Amino acid sequence: MSAAAATSGPVGGSIVTRVVIYGLLIVFAILYLLPLFVMIVTSLKPLDEIRGGNMLGLPETLTFEPWVQAWGKTCIGQVCEGIHGYFWNSIKMVVPAVAISTVLGALNGYVLTKWRFPGHKVVFGLMLFACFIPFQTVLIPMATILGQIGLSNSTTGLVFVHVVYGLGFTTLFFRNYYEAFPTELIRAAQIDGASFFQIFRRILLPSSGPIIVVTVIYQFTNIWNDFLFGVTFAYGDSAPMTVALNNLVSSSTGVKEYNVHMAAAMIAALPTLLVYVLAGRYFVRGLMAGAVKG
Amino acid sequence: MTVTTTAPIATPERAGSRAEWLQAALPKLVLAPSFAGILIFVYGFILFTFYLSLTPSRFMPVYEATGFDAYGRLFNQPNWWVALTNLGIFGSLYILICIALGLLLAILIDQKVRGEGILRPIYLYPMALSFIVTGTAWKWFLNPGLGLEKTINAWGWTSFKFGWLVDNDMAIYTVVIAGVWQASGFVMAMFLAGLRGVDGEILKAAQIDGASTVNVYRRIVIPILRPVFLSAFIVLAHMAIKSYDLVIALTGGGPGNATELPSTFMYSYTFTRKQMAVGSASAIIMLMTISAVIVPYLYSELREKSR
Repeated sequence: MSAAAATSGPVGGSIVTRVVIYGLLIVFAILYLLPLFVMIVTSLKPLDEIRGGNMLGLPETLTFEPWVQAWGKTCIGQVCEGIHGYFWNSIKMVVPAVAISTVLGALNGYVLTKWRFPGHKVVFGLMLFACFIPFQTVLIPMATILGQIGLSNSTTGLVFVHVVYGLGFTTLFFRNYYEAFPTELIRAAQIDGASFFQIFRRILLPSSGPIIVVTVIYQFTNIWNDFLFGVTFAYGDSAPMTVALNNLVSSSTGVKEYNVHMAAAMIAALPTLLVYVLAGRYFVRGLMAGAVKG
Repeated sequence: MTVTTTAPIATPERAGSRAEWLQAALPKLVLAPSFAGILIFVYGFILFTFYLSLTPSRFMPVYEATGFDAYGRLFNQPNWWVALTNLGIFGSLYILICIALGLLLAILIDQKVRGEGILRPIYLYPMALSFIVTGTAWKWFLNPGLGLEKTINAWGWTSFKFGWLVDNDMAIYTVVIAGVWQASGFVMAMFLAGLRGVDGEILKAAQIDGASTVNVYRRIVIPILRPVFLSAFIVLAHMAIKSYDLVIALTGGGPGNATELPSTFMYSYTFTRKQMAVGSASAIIMLMTISAVIVPYLYSELREKSR
């Protein structure tokens, strides 16, 4: 995206115009940063300083205690062990779910572009539409089935759910990427006697780096940030981070420890923010691809 | 098990041996589990939910269809109308403001500004956060007793009031604010990508002809961006209809039911109020609403590709 920066942007413009442009851009930048700034400073203040007022002020007494509390001590429900257990739940959920859905998506994309069969378009159309259904329409049956096969309220169950409902997107990403891959190469390999998996491993996979990164980031963000499936299918000890955070913040008993809440929210946000900082460019590209270029 | 000629596969002429058959069937075998999964867990489950909406299910599923009673009960719920009205308000404002703001930011950034590499990620990062985090942050920010209101009071403007979060009539607009904050940067990225695809020669020619910048954008650039408007609309409409987490974290659907949306309605009727049939019916209405937006779009996209 930035490589093309020099090619557009039509105006030179007067100094006044430039001032207005930069002024607006900076005002908006401040507005977008403000909530994050407030979260961070609040998480570093003692509680009485928060009650005192100035939300935007830097901490007068800097304390990391809210983070320590949030990680290991704060009470969620009856249990006062902080959110670290739920953080690990999310990790245990997100790693296998991302890995499995990415591998399957790559294989599906490979078949749908390079080993077409009659009706491949219908198959792809059905998989694509599955990306857009409101998950409310599958919640009840899924809860019933997970209960019957003994996977309700477990991380394994959540992994399964995220793989199933992530497949549409991962297939879409790889399918669009492989669509542009020269079919002649595959035909040539085939004439040389390469098998289905050999072609995938030796020819497609080595050039799939960018799309793998995009898919992994997209899936990671989506699954880490999921709340609806988590709150429906996993409660208590096996809840993911987002559910635990919501329980912590919305629990109405006792004193509201806003600093601890903000620290917990930051901890919940850090993995995806980190991914965004490290791979922001791919992240955008991934989200853009999610905007459906069928 | 025939294979089209466009596909790079050598159809086994004598599919006699088992190995040859396997080789030919392998691609389909690889795809089959995913496709079967989606057929069952998406389409099968949709049918399941639809069937439940025809039963008198309450706390547990009942498998005896009795007709469309649940839909009647759904549309007789004042709460459902509140949810639909709120979706109308939230959806239209969310889509409109995100598109307007996204376009404005994209055009501003596209004026060959310095520091684009710093500004773009600043506008975009909220998209990386979960709605639960966003909701938590804004709940704190808009908290009338402690957040923005108290801060501005402390700065000396003591009569400043900002109690939207706890105001029945205004709470839905706080959902709009938080939603726009999260998604507008993404819309900006979409428009920016579109702007970067506009042919610079056309713009140069227009400027030589004496067109003002405003006119260049209004007459040339924005019409070229039409497909981006459409994509942005589709994505945002879809997100608005599905929105659940943000409301739960920000307002919990309250005060009262002031920020109820169809998504929160479905969840509470199904899982806490033990009205599973009504909940299912509301889920089916949500699906139909999204389909009305998505299906024509996907259909035209897939058809265009095949030409």
